[in-house]
Amino acid sequence: MLTRLANPARFMRLSGAVLPYLGFATVIVLAIGLYLALFIAPPDYQQGESVRIMFVHVPAAWMALLVYLIVAVASAVALVWRHPLAEIAAQAAAPIGAAFTLVCLVTGSLWGRPMWGTWWAWDARMTSVLVLFFLYLSYIALVNAFDDTGRGSRAGSVLALVGVVNLPIIKFSVDWWNTLHQSESVFRMGGPTIDMSMLVPLLVMAVGYLLLFKTLLLIRMRTALNERKARALRLAAPQRQADAALPDATPVLR
Amino acid sequence: MSALQNWAAMGGYAGFVWPAYAVAFVVLGGMAAYSWRRYRASARELDRLQRK
Repeated sequence: MLTRLANPARFMRLSGAVLPYLGFATVIVLAIGLYLALFIAPPDYQQGESVRIMFVHVPAAWMALLVYLIVAVASAVALVWRHPLAEIAAQAAAPIGAAFTLVCLVTGSLWGRPMWGTWWAWDARMTSVLVLFFLYLSYIALVNAFDDTGRGSRAGSVLALVGVVNLPIIKFSVDWWNTLHQSESVFRMGGPTIDMSMLVPLLVMAVGYLLLFKTLLLIRMRTALNERKARALRLAAPQRQADAALPDATPVLR
Repeated sequence: MSALQNWAAMGGYAGFVWPAYAVAFVVLGGMAAYSWRRYRASARELDRLQRK
């Protein structure tokens, strides 16, 4: 399955066929999720209506971690097997992950102010997520810092792999340290401690974010392949013109 | 206060809830719009080069 998809030409064909459905599903699921989050979910008995921030904040945090994991796995595949689609996938995913991380940080701040009385605290959870955001930015900057795109990609892949140590730190920060941030209430041993009336809208929003990520990933990977092909054509164009101008001279050189 | 105004007031947390949703919309929507425009541009450019 993976090796069949891994051919760029086949990837372009399949992703082109899937993209409209994926985009459509994203819009529908996000619309349902927003409706549930803003109209159906009940206010919290302690936090009141401010709990609605959770529905844009928590799925963004999940996506921030998941997308980084995807960037790291794709980077490992790119380093070990030198597969061109793997590094294209990693580089297409990273800015989307950075966007989710930014949403997580800003909405968390907007939720922290009324509930904790502060926009920001240097506690382990918030600091490690801020580090994740900077990891994304460093990866993007490093990949684009070299004239030689191959070297940039390899340097970025190494950075992405080193940054993986931050993922368990984020996940378990609320257990290892005394944080202002609350501990895990969905993905925990013994099942979620959150009520179904809030869990369902939360999971629908999470599926919506995941679909949005997949849609944007395909769009951005297709863009990268288009640009790569255009670059190759532009490099070949002067050669073709030269061949046309001197039809008799060229065979000697080849 | 009408039901709609009551809802929009978010129990007094309107100043935090709506900016949070606005930020999510602007950042993720902006990423989507930027990605889509660049995708269209790359497809047009490739099309132009292939027709030459």
